[in-house]
Amino acid sequence: MSVRPRFDPNRAARHRRARIGMVVFQLATLVGIVVLMALLYNIINNAFGLAAIEYRIYPATLGLDLETLPQTPRERLLEILETHLSPGLRRSLERTRPLTQRSNEELAALVLERVLQPKVLDTWPLVPSLLHTQDIVAEVHARFPQAEVRWVRWLNTRFLTRPQSSDPLRAGVRTAILGSLWLVAITAATALPLGVAAAIYLEEYARKDRWYNRLIQVNINNLAGVPSIIYGILGLAIFVRALEPLTSGAVFGAVAEGVTANGRTVLSGGLTLGLLVLPIVIINAQEALRAVPNSLREAAYALGATKWQVVWHHVLPEALPGIMTGTILALSRALGETAPLVVVGASTFITFDPVHPFSKFTALPIQIYQWTARPQPVFRNLAAAASLTLLLLLFLSNGIAVYIRHRARQRRLV
Amino acid sequence: MAQTLSPVDLRRRPRRREGLIQVLLLASGLLSILVTLGIVYELVKGAMGFFTRPLWEDTNKPLAADVAPSDTVLPVRPEGAAIPEGAIIRVDEEIMRVQRAEETALQVERGLRGTQPAAHPAGVDIFLEDRVSLWEFFTGIRWIPQAGEFGILPLVNATFIVSAIAMLVALPLGLAIAIYLSEYASPRVNNVLKPLLEILAGVPTVVYGYFALTFVTPLLRRLLGPDVVDIYNMASAGIVVGILVTPLVASMSEDALRAVPRSLREAAYALGATKLETALQVVVPAAFSGLAAAFIVAVSRAIGETMIVALAAGAGPNFTFNPFEAAETMTGHIVRISGGDLSYDSIDYNSIFAIGLVLFLITLVLNTLSQRIVARFREVYE
Repeated sequence: MSVRPRFDPNRAARHRRARIGMVVFQLATLVGIVVLMALLYNIINNAFGLAAIEYRIYPATLGLDLETLPQTPRERLLEILETHLSPGLRRSLERTRPLTQRSNEELAALVLERVLQPKVLDTWPLVPSLLHTQDIVAEVHARFPQAEVRWVRWLNTRFLTRPQSSDPLRAGVRTAILGSLWLVAITAATALPLGVAAAIYLEEYARKDRWYNRLIQVNINNLAGVPSIIYGILGLAIFVRALEPLTSGAVFGAVAEGVTANGRTVLSGGLTLGLLVLPIVIINAQEALRAVPNSLREAAYALGATKWQVVWHHVLPEALPGIMTGTILALSRALGETAPLVVVGASTFITFDPVHPFSKFTALPIQIYQWTARPQPVFRNLAAAASLTLLLLLFLSNGIAVYIRHRARQRRLV
Repeated sequence: MAQTLSPVDLRRRPRRREGLIQVLLLASGLLSILVTLGIVYELVKGAMGFFTRPLWEDTNKPLAADVAPSDTVLPVRPEGAAIPEGAIIRVDEEIMRVQRAEETALQVERGLRGTQPAAHPAGVDIFLEDRVSLWEFFTGIRWIPQAGEFGILPLVNATFIVSAIAMLVALPLGLAIAIYLSEYASPRVNNVLKPLLEILAGVPTVVYGYFALTFVTPLLRRLLGPDVVDIYNMASAGIVVGILVTPLVASMSEDALRAVPRSLREAAYALGATKLETALQVVVPAAFSGLAAAFIVAVSRAIGETMIVALAAGAGPNFTFNPFEAAETMTGHIVRISGGDLSYDSIDYNSIFAIGLVLFLITLVLNTLSQRIVARFREVYE
């Protein structure tokens, strides 16, 4: 390596340059932090704010309060439905289930959906909503004389507990959250045992001088760098098409005729993600195993333990916190992964919960993608709320990983 | 009297369970090889399907008179595209081979590939078989599946422009952060900054896509004018992909910089070099191969990145060098095509395998290159 020596005798200038250099490096780091802040700001800014909402019949004219709609007296709800529903619609509703037998919540939902019929005309992000409330109200009155301006928390408990809907005010992410949990569970069930087993083989059993062991190691490193969308294509070809009888549940007779998802099931998605995170799980588990001191192994061997006894009773328990931390981080990756699921065929619009591995599914990232890609700006607010939900879930799981690592370190110190 | 000890059997006992476990562990290790083989096999198979699949192009040349199942000469009108001898043609459902072609008549072999000779009325258009040739695939500058045009260059071009913009962001930013972390920052500052970088690296790409579309694009449009910057554009996607890979560049570069022995730095200080001079003229050149490896891995990540470009770079292949225009990348195209209800028996389905194969090979070459460099670089200081 040749470094051309240059000597600049002007020490003051050199030290000035050194100071400038340090400021530049600090600024670069600051830019990274600013970007992170901008990202969070952008999401929170869009997840809350003012909205201009139009009703077919305004709640105030009926003496209703939207916040406490289900607590409205039952007679009043029935009376409203009686007077404001068309006779045909009322008959068909009565035929499904008589109105008098329905709960207050259901009646309130009917009133909202069929009588009041709120419609979002426009929305404003949080910061302008706070700073220019008066201007926005004036603007709404000018543009939509009929509309009402209301504060909307796009991320709220109803958003978390409701299924998907084409009406932005009633859409929720329950199906998506459940789908994501199913995916992560299936991913963990496949990638964790296989990954740890492969790591044990490579670290404890494999002789490093054998070509096939080196091949496995190089191959794992390469797999970790394959773009996620390629795994999606693999999942589409293998799990969705070639193994369709298995992944659609037809072999097990688990699926009723006519509702099969044709292999585009949560099982296919989970297995695909399992393959995707497998190399990451292996590499993390290898690191955890490598960190186990050799003296531990030697002590166990000296007492006459077999190789597997050494691994199972001594090495694995010692490496377990590290393996768990690495696995949780890998599963966080699976939780946020979108592209392979789109290719494998996550459904974009399903309103029922996944109940078994052969269900059609959607996932939180898929919802975010769909809502962001929609042209109507209202759905951007939903995408922000869903992003916030996803980030909170990730924060939670990473928090658990950090906690496990922290506790393991403390135990070791004792 | 001396007691006789019961003899202990010290011979090695066969341990079948141990052997079985070892085989199972080895099988788990081999699974990763199987995954690689599966990827290669499926991509190649799908891509073969793409290149061998017959595409029927309408020649706009109709039959001039009714044709009976027994006829071997098709009367045709002179208009439309020319049909060469030896070509495979299709009339209605029947497939034929042209034996001799004249201006107004085609001598054909009827009922090929399991189709039956049938009667065809006058005025039916003749379709000419065409295939996507490798030449067309790699040199075509139009990707229009409806028109049977499959040139991958617009997709590759957009991928490289987005990746180039990403690296323009990630290389200086990531390198500067790495230098700051390894050369300047105190351990306490490090303990704060590293988790922040990890958070930045852990944000799902779809959220970055949302950020690109709803924050960076409006910002660009406000700075440069909405006439210059399209709603969907490669610049915004590229900048955000750059932000996405910055933590990767930073952490890999930091590892490379930290691997440089202290003695080199101390020697530089002893010669009177300032901290900046030491960092830029001694440490960075010494860690150069590690930095190069980090850079190559980052390029590979940027090329394979999907959701940001799918959301922010636009839908629809577009052969352009203007970063402020919309253009679809390879990954973006795969996601858009497979997002709809994709029929397994369509050229679109096969095309994602062909694109996937190109993508896989590009990233494989880059990753292998990077690992080679890292392996060489490790030998230097150990």
